[in-house]
Amino acid sequence: MSAPKAEWPLWEVFVRSRQGLSHKHVGSLHAADATMAISNARDVYTRRQEGTSIWVVKAEDITASSPSDKDVLFDPANDKVYRHPTFYDLPDEVKNM
Amino acid sequence: MTQEMDLNQRFEDYIASDQKIEAKDWMPDAYRKTLIRQISQHAHSEIIGMQPEGNWITRAPSLKRKSILLAKVQDEAGHGLYLYSAAETLGISRDEMLDALHTGQAKYSSIFNYPTLTWADMGAIGWLVDGAAIMNQVPLCKCSYGPYARAMVRVCKEESFHQRQGFQIMLNLSQGTTEQKEMAQDALNRWWWPSLMMFGPNDASSKHSEQSMRWKIKRFSNDELRQRFVDMTVPQAELLGLTVPDPDLQWNEETGHYDFGPIDWSEFEQVVAGNGPCNRERIETRVKAHENGAWVREAAAAYATKSAERTSSQTSAA
Repeated sequence: MSAPKAEWPLWEVFVRSRQGLSHKHVGSLHAADATMAISNARDVYTRRQEGTSIWVVKAEDITASSPSDKDVLFDPANDKVYRHPTFYDLPDEVKNM
Repeated sequence: MTQEMDLNQRFEDYIASDQKIEAKDWMPDAYRKTLIRQISQHAHSEIIGMQPEGNWITRAPSLKRKSILLAKVQDEAGHGLYLYSAAETLGISRDEMLDALHTGQAKYSSIFNYPTLTWADMGAIGWLVDGAAIMNQVPLCKCSYGPYARAMVRVCKEESFHQRQGFQIMLNLSQGTTEQKEMAQDALNRWWWPSLMMFGPNDASSKHSEQSMRWKIKRFSNDELRQRFVDMTVPQAELLGLTVPDPDLQWNEETGHYDFGPIDWSEFEQVVAGNGPCNRERIETRVKAHENGAWVREAAAAYATKSAERTSSQTSAA
């Protein structure tokens, strides 16, 4: 068996399922270039009319936050309950608010 | 060391509270290895599973049946691709997985090492093999590893068409001429036991089961799922007017389940060990397809490199 050769790059695929919704990550695939990534994504991820638009992004071009930074990044929002409307107690007489 | 203990604790907490583990989260090595083994075997099964049915595409009895079978085999390819990319999130490369398949290091479901002798086999595979696969796969939609669970949701959505088209083939044959009905019965006779074996060894002798259940990769035991499959399928066989090839099969009023005869595990072991009717042929076909496609992969990569160079030289010149 031959030694592993250089693979085609990995692309992340995002599909807009219908007009009015945002693109959503659906999975990934390998393709030599962007054009091929789009047509492969069509065949792999939209065989049953799951989409009206496809984005492909090279996986290596994505910068992601690290799970170990989760606390640092997201904890500051924890103690700011006043950002939510339910924080404010209003008299029952107040309508439409 | 303490840091690793913290990480392990967080992992255990996630599992305990039914939260998903995602690709970049810390996970124990053994969990990662188990998933790579299971997901890649699952992907290989989908890809090798294209062959028994691909065998009948050119001989399907009508254009409608041919289109359906083509769509089904294309779905199997798609399922393989979803699963390979889910496995890649765990740090194994596509090439490594394909090499493991091609060299025989990696296993795939032993059911695909049986030949498809008649058109009725397309019915039996859809009805029984895909039926058993659905039974196994639906609980995997809730498995603890996010990318695998999400891939399985897509697979399961598509799988139910597979089972229904198979049952319809069996239904048409069993309502047809005597020869057609015999053909359907013969297919059931050949596929019944291998389908029961798809659920894997009995719980007592299943070496990976217990840990996988603890990690919530697996949600039900092999024997539980096998029993559910029998309970679901026997009435369907009756509806078809076909006989399940098991003299011990009978409804047990007390348990509310069907009792069924012992499985010939020596056959299963033989097929898993590589001595099934088609093991060699399946791998040879796969390797040949891979090798015949090599020039396409190389040419496309060369074209992509060249176009990228051309674009960048044009940009720098301007």
